[in-house]
Amino acid sequence: MRAAKASAPAISFHDLTLGYDRHPAVHHITGDIARGDLLAIVGPNGAGKSTLLKAIVGELKPLSGSLDLHGLTKRDIAYLPQVIEIDRSFPISVFDCVAMGLWRKIGAWRGLGRRGREEVVQALETVGLAALANRPVGSLSGGQFQRVLFARLLLQDASVILLDEPFRAIDTKTVEELVTLIERWHGEGRTVLAALHDIDQVRAHFPKVLLLAREVVAWGDTKKVLTPASLAKSRQLTEAFDAHAHICERDEEAEREIA
Amino acid sequence: MIDALFQPFIEFAFMRRALVGCLIISMTAPPIGVFLVLRRMSLMGDAMGHAILPGAAIGYLLAGLSLFAMSLGGFAAGLAVALAAGLVARSTVLREDASLAGFYLVSLALGVMLISVRGSNVDLLHMLFGTVLALDDAALILIAAIATVSLTALAVIYRPLVLECFDPQFLRSVSPLSSTTHLLFLVLVVLNLVAGFQALGTLMAVGIMLLPAVAARFWAEDVAGMIGVAVGAAFVASFTGLLLSYHADVPTGPAVILCCGAFYFLSMLVGVKGGVIWGLMPRKHLEA
Repeated sequence: MRAAKASAPAISFHDLTLGYDRHPAVHHITGDIARGDLLAIVGPNGAGKSTLLKAIVGELKPLSGSLDLHGLTKRDIAYLPQVIEIDRSFPISVFDCVAMGLWRKIGAWRGLGRRGREEVVQALETVGLAALANRPVGSLSGGQFQRVLFARLLLQDASVILLDEPFRAIDTKTVEELVTLIERWHGEGRTVLAALHDIDQVRAHFPKVLLLAREVVAWGDTKKVLTPASLAKSRQLTEAFDAHAHICERDEEAEREIA
Repeated sequence: MIDALFQPFIEFAFMRRALVGCLIISMTAPPIGVFLVLRRMSLMGDAMGHAILPGAAIGYLLAGLSLFAMSLGGFAAGLAVALAAGLVARSTVLREDASLAGFYLVSLALGVMLISVRGSNVDLLHMLFGTVLALDDAALILIAAIATVSLTALAVIYRPLVLECFDPQFLRSVSPLSSTTHLLFLVLVVLNLVAGFQALGTLMAVGIMLLPAVAARFWAEDVAGMIGVAVGAAFVASFTGLLLSYHADVPTGPAVILCCGAFYFLSMLVGVKGGVIWGLMPRKHLEA
């Protein structure tokens, strides 16, 4: 069933502009993300990568334009944010933390059951943390904790997975393991979007790239997108937040055309 | 010795009532306190305690020393302050603690003013420090009812509440229950403060909610364990506090809270999860 729909879009943007308090962080994005895509979102700091992911999960309302999830609901989307609000001093075990990934199945009241417990153990084994299941999350290192979050994502069993800078401050070996996991998700037909910085990593593992610099610089097959010219263009991005910015002219033009 | 422990409760009905009242509160308030501590809202409990004062005062002014009127007033005022603070925090730049500080200070000032305009200072003292030795049937039933509702509700929202404390973003991403959970929890905080305020007064009610909960962190590494320790500690503190107040002839409310405080200091020193004393004793590290 997945194969038949492989080319159908999972997420579509129609002239989408996102931002904070009327100032756009990224504007006028139009395009489709196909089902089963493994897409890297690349761009300099302030390019709007996180903003775009936040809009997809619904944490941010569009300033203008629209975003079409083609019938996907909140529950179909798993999201690993960049700035994590998690309180790591919270007294909870690694096992319980990962088990929360099963929320879709167990909700607020149902028990985990034997099968659920096995699934959690399996997910922990996949990320190589089975031995630490009973430790409190506060005792883990940064890399270990990131693997816990990946194990939780694994259990969420979502058809769309959004990862915002998932490899910050993680050693190469762990990154390799997590990339293997991402490729497995891709193989299972899930749509995976990852905001990343490491261009070599993107070239090696991601077939498609969206190059952002507050607008779409290039979007498509990795080889065609990551050219020296387009990368240079994306770097010219002015990060300055202009408090006295004018109203975006493209909107005005569009309005004039309609009139 | 045994006599000194049980004789006051055997001999005097008011001591038995006080004990029952304190034990019921010890069952329901500390679990709420554990979540306040885990959400880093410990001081919010304190602020809420002050916030219920004007409501109770208005109830008192309208209906005299009526338990029902004062409780209802306190509940309404506490809820209004909690909701207003939450609303302001979610819709403006202010954080919840800042907006709450704003509201509760106004509320407290209003309460003190209302009481002193019409009442005498004795009334004010009663209200602030409670009348644990004068609990009548109605008060006990009210406290027990609140405890029943509160523990049931806590059981229902337990999982989302843990998640809301630990990883609110994740809860928002998988479930629409985030705001509901938060609001219900605030209602429970206010309800429990109203229950405690009958017996221990507005200031002391916060003490029995928070002190055992704070101390519990030194003994347990999971939420359920912390709740168990906190409830147990509150039980013991209620019992010893009442005895202390009887034998040493000191006010009851403060005696109970000071016993909770003693447990807190003890936990801080010798608690098995990070007590100070273990850090001072050099022990060889393990292999892994």
